[in-house]
Amino acid sequence: MKEPVLVLDQVHASYGNIKAVKGISLTIKSDEMACLIGANGAGKSTTLMLISGILKPQQGTIWFQGQSLEGVTSEKRVQMGISQVPEGRHIFPEMTVLENLELGAYRRRDKIEIKQDLEQTFTLFPQLKERGQQRGGTLSGGEQQMLAIGRAMMSRPKLLLLDEPSLGLAPLIVEQIFEIIQQINQVGTTVLLVEQNAHLALMVTDHGYVMETGKITIEGESKELIADQRIREAYLGE
Amino acid sequence: MTLFLEQIVNGLVLGGIYALIAVGYTMVYGVIQLINFAHGEIFMFGAYFTFLCLAVLKFPLWLAVLASILLCALMGVVIDLIAYRPLRNAPRLSALITAIGISLILQNLARMIWGAEPRRDLANAKSAFLSQTVIIPGGAQLSYLDLSIIILAILLMVGLNRLISLTRIGKAMRACAQDKMAASLMGIDTNRVIGATFAIGSALGAVAGIMVGMRETIEPTMGYYKGVAAFAAAVLGGIGNITGAMLGGVVLGIAEVLGAGYISSGYRVAISYILMILVIVFRPAGLLGRASAKRA
Repeated sequence: MKEPVLVLDQVHASYGNIKAVKGISLTIKSDEMACLIGANGAGKSTTLMLISGILKPQQGTIWFQGQSLEGVTSEKRVQMGISQVPEGRHIFPEMTVLENLELGAYRRRDKIEIKQDLEQTFTLFPQLKERGQQRGGTLSGGEQQMLAIGRAMMSRPKLLLLDEPSLGLAPLIVEQIFEIIQQINQVGTTVLLVEQNAHLALMVTDHGYVMETGKITIEGESKELIADQRIREAYLGE
Repeated sequence: MTLFLEQIVNGLVLGGIYALIAVGYTMVYGVIQLINFAHGEIFMFGAYFTFLCLAVLKFPLWLAVLASILLCALMGVVIDLIAYRPLRNAPRLSALITAIGISLILQNLARMIWGAEPRRDLANAKSAFLSQTVIIPGGAQLSYLDLSIIILAILLMVGLNRLISLTRIGKAMRACAQDKMAASLMGIDTNRVIGATFAIGSALGAVAGIMVGMRETIEPTMGYYKGVAAFAAAVLGGIGNITGAMLGGVVLGIAEVLGAGYISSGYRVAISYILMILVIVFRPAGLLGRASAKRA
């Protein structure tokens, strides 16, 4: 039994009067790849923002590697090893590809190793190397997604949170990006993937959670969920 | 010809001063989309703090200048901390009105402490060295003070540009200006970066205040008049764009001096407004601003 990297225990959160997350609990084990699927507005992105510390839970606790994240700032969480690729990529449009990647390593001081990781990122995404001096905003959607993932990896995360990495991209690019995400997971980064494309997400992950209007309604092994009648009807369009 | 040259030199001096103040407006606008109306008052306090250090604490001039710059940097950070930070997620209008309020409070505070009459203390306190003049090619006369202002303004602008483009804090500032949420996800402490932005902008404003104090007089309303003109310079260059603010400052300084010299000195202040209005009408993003300057 692998130890859990991330545990959410009865976490609640809301925007003003609107409750977005209503007491969710989940456990992500070390080295696994998990997904959180569900319809638009189910609270998936909110959950990631709670884990990253951009939003604060009203109730409940988030544990990372056995340590409570209560009162821990988002900066500190990056340093602890939580990194997020936000929905819509959010790269810095006026900065070069290289500067974007360097900012991913903002919390690190080990200059030599940052250089090595930069080289590794370029091996993973050769397209980015060619565009090193180009402004982030001039990249294509697929390249921006690669840059966002590369940037998140520059902090050497133990847990990588990915929010809708397939959004708005051509199927061929999506395939390429998901292959890289699997590679990242295989070399030892725990991954939590949020996706609207349920089929794709369940195909590549070990464990899945289904979220509906702020609650987790179904959870299980991804290969079992993909066969689950309720999921086939609601999310896989059958 | 000599007169024209003298006007241009005067315009450059004024332009350098405007540029130093304008970058403070534009940097703060860049990171938190707030027109910090209190910035003009920080500039004014830069002059008064120096006067205070000289007259009351009997500091030597260099130390008084340094202390004043540091005090103003601190003042900028404290204003952000108590007045603007609590309103970070409030509608932008609330912060704007707060900025106007802080501006009025500071201006009247200065009036309460030091009185409304213009003082020449700083102009009198400048060293004999700075009062000397030099004849530049073309026959125009230029005081060492004006020469120092031009040189110092250029050095500070180059330094600021390098700071923004090359250093860790500069990169963090640009990241915050472009996408605050993404900056937080990178592990950047956005509040600290905003504080640093206020500190740097205020320090540069203080330098300008001290220069103006030595060149002209110091009075509680100096921040308002020079502040409005410098704000016009920031808009002229494209608000949020640092190079634009520098350029806008120089353009405005020269335009103002030439306008005052060749049209009528009564139009001096009007010229900054006219230029600002022209830019807003014909090139709303400013000289160097992008049309898509608004970013999420």
